[in-house]
Amino acid sequence: MNQRVLVLYAHPLHARSQVNAALREAIQTLPGVTLHDLYESYPEFVVDVAREQALLLEHEVVLLQFPLQWYSAPAMIKEWLDAVLEEGWAYGQRGDKLRGKAMMCAVSAGGASDVYGPDGVNRYTVEELLRPFELTARLCGMRYLRPFVTFAARRLDDAVIAVRAREYADMLAQIVSGELPAPFDSRSR
Amino acid sequence: MQGFLEQALIYLAAAVIAVPIAKRLGLGAVLGFLVAGIVIGPWGLRLIGEVETVLHFAEFGVVLLLFLVGLELNPGKLLAMRGPIFGAGSLQVVGTVVAVVAVGVSIGVPLTTALVAGMGFAMSSTAIALASLGERGLLNTDGGRLSFAVLLFQDLAVIPLMLVLALLQPGGGGSMDSLAILKALGIIALVIVGGRYLLRPVLRYIAGTGMREIFIAFALLLVIGIALAMHAVGLSMALGTFLAGVLLADSEYRHELELDIEPFKGLLLGLFFIAVGMSVDLGLFLRAPLLVIGLALAVVALKIVVLLGVARASRVRGADAGVFALYLSQVGEFAFVLFGAAAAQNVLPRESIDVLNAATAASMLTTPLLVFGFERWIAPRLGGEQPRTADTIDEHHPVIIAGFGRFGQVVTRLLHGLGISTTVVDHDPNQIELVRRFDYRAYYGDATRIDLLEAAGAARAKLLIVAVDDPDAARRIVTLAKEHFPTLAVIARARSRSDAFEFHGQGVAFVRETFRSSLEAGELALKQLGFGAYAARRAAEQFRRHDEALLARAAAPRGDIKKLIAVMQQGREDLSVVMASETLRGDATSDEGWHEQAYMHARRIDEGKGEGV
Repeated sequence: MNQRVLVLYAHPLHARSQVNAALREAIQTLPGVTLHDLYESYPEFVVDVAREQALLLEHEVVLLQFPLQWYSAPAMIKEWLDAVLEEGWAYGQRGDKLRGKAMMCAVSAGGASDVYGPDGVNRYTVEELLRPFELTARLCGMRYLRPFVTFAARRLDDAVIAVRAREYADMLAQIVSGELPAPFDSRSR
Repeated sequence: MQGFLEQALIYLAAAVIAVPIAKRLGLGAVLGFLVAGIVIGPWGLRLIGEVETVLHFAEFGVVLLLFLVGLELNPGKLLAMRGPIFGAGSLQVVGTVVAVVAVGVSIGVPLTTALVAGMGFAMSSTAIALASLGERGLLNTDGGRLSFAVLLFQDLAVIPLMLVLALLQPGGGGSMDSLAILKALGIIALVIVGGRYLLRPVLRYIAGTGMREIFIAFALLLVIGIALAMHAVGLSMALGTFLAGVLLADSEYRHELELDIEPFKGLLLGLFFIAVGMSVDLGLFLRAPLLVIGLALAVVALKIVVLLGVARASRVRGADAGVFALYLSQVGEFAFVLFGAAAAQNVLPRESIDVLNAATAASMLTTPLLVFGFERWIAPRLGGEQPRTADTIDEHHPVIIAGFGRFGQVVTRLLHGLGISTTVVDHDPNQIELVRRFDYRAYYGDATRIDLLEAAGAARAKLLIVAVDDPDAARRIVTLAKEHFPTLAVIARARSRSDAFEFHGQGVAFVRETFRSSLEAGELALKQLGFGAYAARRAAEQFRRHDEALLARAAAPRGDIKKLIAVMQQGREDLSVVMASETLRGDATSDEGWHEQAYMHARRIDEGKGEGV
């Protein structure tokens, strides 16, 4: 059973990106994967709601890929959520268009893994920081998958990035082939 | 004998000197050419001798003019005009002949003379009328369309009129035999069939060579060929090429042909007017001034009366009827042909023909003067400021849009899309006609006039958008609005930087018309060079803000050029700083900024070493 994946890519300065650009490169031609660059599509931040909703209907898995900025997603992702996930369509009474689909975040973080978590300077894990997305998925009746996190993104050398990109592509290929990971809940640790 | 180049030099110099002066005086280019002709002709400075040859050669300008007119009219449009062509056209020709004969006979002119004069005087000058109507943008008004229909009929009427002339020939009758008529019909059929089926493949073949010169050569060859074929069987050359134009109006080569023929037409038409000016027999004027001028004025007056009657019968009224009657009031170039034929066939004595020709030429001089007077003194009294009277505006909306060209239309469509209604005013009748066909309501009128702004509801409206093309008009409208309707918000279209300064100084919101599109081009260029869409957008936006701020700063010392230069120089330096920070921005917000060192401060607070939160 094929799962089509919609990758919503949001990097305000894609031209300067290393990790995200490499990850994107690795998956953009995969069969069953649609790459959608939000900053490239909406430089004026005016999201085409009808187009985005139509895209969502054509896919079973929504993957938000972005660099972590100020402990959250770049502004474009928020704008996209605000505009596209309309009441009556994505949530609320009769808002069931996304029900049964899956959502996942693929993020890069500047800090190493040890700065995130109760013992780190950032106090919370990346999974915890991404809870708004977890709850968004829940409210829309979507299955939320464990985030794909790349730490210390600016200090990785090319070889490590290549490995990471391979892992990303393999994971996506597996999802496309129908093997969905188990649902993820950031409370159960 | 002068050489060809010397002649060309004289013609061109005369035109270059006379036409701009006439234009400047508001008299129109046609009068300029005519006067130039009088000055250089045998009765003026005697710079040119053989007027007949030149006139004959320059008649080709009229032929080209009608070819171009034909290109604008496809067979469908022509068919739709058959009512006015045959109705109004025949009414005008027959009416004029009858009127001239009646008046002539009643004052004792022999019947034959009166009849020949009537037939000649019934003709109007296609060249003068169409060129002047086009010059003033009146071709698509009611008056312009009726003028065109009648002119076309006159061209057709030349054939039967020549027949009548042959019948009047002393001792002879019906020298135009059935064979000649058959030949004429044969040529017309040939032009129609050939134009329909043969011309396009040939044009495609010629265009396929990719050589523009050959295409132009072929276009001229085509027109000259048809004209000569028509002439050979005694038909009007102009009529033949008009027909060819109509047949090509639907073809894909229409614009190419128009473009190629246009300059030849313009020059030859000018030469034609010069030749007419040269042929004015000033000697006869001096010997019998009262006869010639009196006859010319009487004919023009008579024609105006008949034409006004035709306009009334065609339900064309007001200023449109005035335009129609005045622009067709002169006696046309075909009169020379008819009178010439009458002389050749001994229908009339030479002296009579000379008088008739002189009166014809004199009547051509009256048209530009009459039009000038009409626009100055009569049209305003007809209730309007221009040949076309301003429409009455019977609706009022919160937004008034002055100017409904490329600019105004987009604004209007955007507002209409959101259900905001607008009162649209434009001063170009063609534009109004066009947009009305698309179901937009627009009113004809000159928005630089306070009464029109009032009529459009400026006192009650919330907003006036000045979208007119002409920067002078835009400035006048803005000044008027600011002065008379201080509560009305204004958005102005600024054509240039200095317009922008002006509007800025008046405290009026403005849009620099090509500014955003230039920015868009810059943005596209950045994308082409590898910038992401968002980064390119931001850079363009930063530049816009910088430039608009600079404009505001530069608006103040506008009169002081030194200060202005200093401001602009400072602006260039600021710009490089702004753009540099824009390119550096990447390093601050990309992943790079989010590294370990960023947490130093937070870590110190956690460890109790920081200065606290």
